[in-house]
Amino acid sequence: MGEFLILLYIFVLATMAGREVISKVPPTLHTPLMSGANAISGIAIIGALVVTGSADELWVKALGTAGIVMATINVVGGFMVTDRMLQMFRKR
Amino acid sequence: MDNTITQLVYLVSAWLFVSGIKQLSSPATARSGNARASMAMLLAIVVTLVSNEILDWTTVVAAVVAGAVIGGALARYIQMTAMPQLVAVFNGFGGGASAAVAAAEFMRAGGAGPSLGVGVGVTIVLSTLIGAVTFSGSLIAFGKLQGVVTGKPVTFPLQKTFNALLFLLVLVAGASLAHVGVAGGVAPLFGMGGLEISGPFFLALVVGALILGVLLVIPIGGADMPVVVSLLNSYSGIAAATTGFVLNNYILIIAGSLVGAAGLILTQLMCKAMNRSLGNVAFGAFGTDGPAAKARTGERPVRDADAEQVAMVLAYAGSVAVVPGYGLAVAQAQHELKKVCDLLEERGVTVRFGVHPVAGRMPGHMNVLLAEADVSYDKLLDLDDINAEFDTTDVVLIVGANDVVNPAARDPDSVIAGMPILDVDKARTVIVMKRSLSPGFAGIDNDLFYMDRTLMFFGDAKDQMSELVREVREA
Repeated sequence: MGEFLILLYIFVLATMAGREVISKVPPTLHTPLMSGANAISGIAIIGALVVTGSADELWVKALGTAGIVMATINVVGGFMVTDRMLQMFRKR
Repeated sequence: MDNTITQLVYLVSAWLFVSGIKQLSSPATARSGNARASMAMLLAIVVTLVSNEILDWTTVVAAVVAGAVIGGALARYIQMTAMPQLVAVFNGFGGGASAAVAAAEFMRAGGAGPSLGVGVGVTIVLSTLIGAVTFSGSLIAFGKLQGVVTGKPVTFPLQKTFNALLFLLVLVAGASLAHVGVAGGVAPLFGMGGLEISGPFFLALVVGALILGVLLVIPIGGADMPVVVSLLNSYSGIAAATTGFVLNNYILIIAGSLVGAAGLILTQLMCKAMNRSLGNVAFGAFGTDGPAAKARTGERPVRDADAEQVAMVLAYAGSVAVVPGYGLAVAQAQHELKKVCDLLEERGVTVRFGVHPVAGRMPGHMNVLLAEADVSYDKLLDLDDINAEFDTTDVVLIVGANDVVNPAARDPDSVIAGMPILDVDKARTVIVMKRSLSPGFAGIDNDLFYMDRTLMFFGDAKDQMSELVREVREA
């Protein structure tokens, strides 16, 4: 249970950090923040890599591979489209 | 690689994520914030690949390349106007990935059993549940935004009861798998050891969660999509964080919770901008009930204007405030609108934009749309700033917006009572560009259209804007 408690601590503190860090977002950045955060949620790719890399059963590997593909789409697509959007936000 | 080094690299990555997301909340630093977050991701991926024993490099590399090509192509070639749907799809994939990882862990553990431990059991179930709900919910949101699924709220009798029962079923299946609660006490009677017994329970959990995701989003109407999209965004983060609990992985928890918090903040902002609770958005099936579009429409006289008249009013104004709405996005008239504004500015007219937080189909939708048309972001004023200026504004040009400028919000008996609106009726002249007099999403008539100072400029926003470009040039 000790390990689980540490994980819980990290979860709660990271959530609080997130709230503090993003407390004030100008409306101009609502979409980029959302789509950038969205790309970060592709962090599940780490899990997918670990699971797939060590898999020796077919089903585990299939699920893990599907996870990698989906997470990579989310990560690569998310960061790229956010950058494309932010490129357009200019002050003239 | 040494586990300590791996953890230290994850720590660097976590710091980059936090500082990157902080930079994302200020216009001047947003782009470097995004770059920083992507560096954090790359770092985490590389150290994970190096520190873990990868048995099958071919599969891993092939999957990463496939994902990168698909994601990159979508991001590069999609039309900017399709941004809400794209965000929804990406989000769904994030949730799907978390669910897939949790499911793979479940299979690897050989099903539920005391060996799994309560903590891991619970988190596998939660991760699968939240991930699957995010996946199917986001796909429905995509369908609604793309127009494949109707934007109207879809309801059926006893919907809430059905959803509650389904949720209960999912919880029972989950609790049995995780060996907790009453259902968990029953599980050993089934001998919930191997996959052959616990497998069906897990399948029930997955299928139930997928259906739940569909049913939770389908009764929510199109105009409430900003809330849905940001809420699902939050879910995908929480799903990733719970996956981190399953795998004992700190960086998954940290990055996941950051996204969870960001999504929740946006969700609250959107709800506040509509003066409605999250529960009301989620379960209110808003847009159908209420005193819907009574036949008052058309009975009262309106002042109809053509492009030439509108051009005259605009060209000889001192200051113009443009209020864009979802109709602008639908007609894709942002470039024509920008041309009109450029012409007006050449004539010395002050032009600004008043953007309501929930205008459009995702948070910040109008800002993206206008940025695409090359409108400088410092001309975009939010609710409070522009409201302070309507008193001294000569002309307000409303393009495809309705509920966010409806003075009915000030009437305590209205369905949109208390919703913060743009006080356009304080301006000297109001021009409403719209297809018809039909009510907006809230289904109520808009008194603004019948004011003496209001000119109705009917037609397709794009055609009418092109017309205006010509007329303003000649004015």
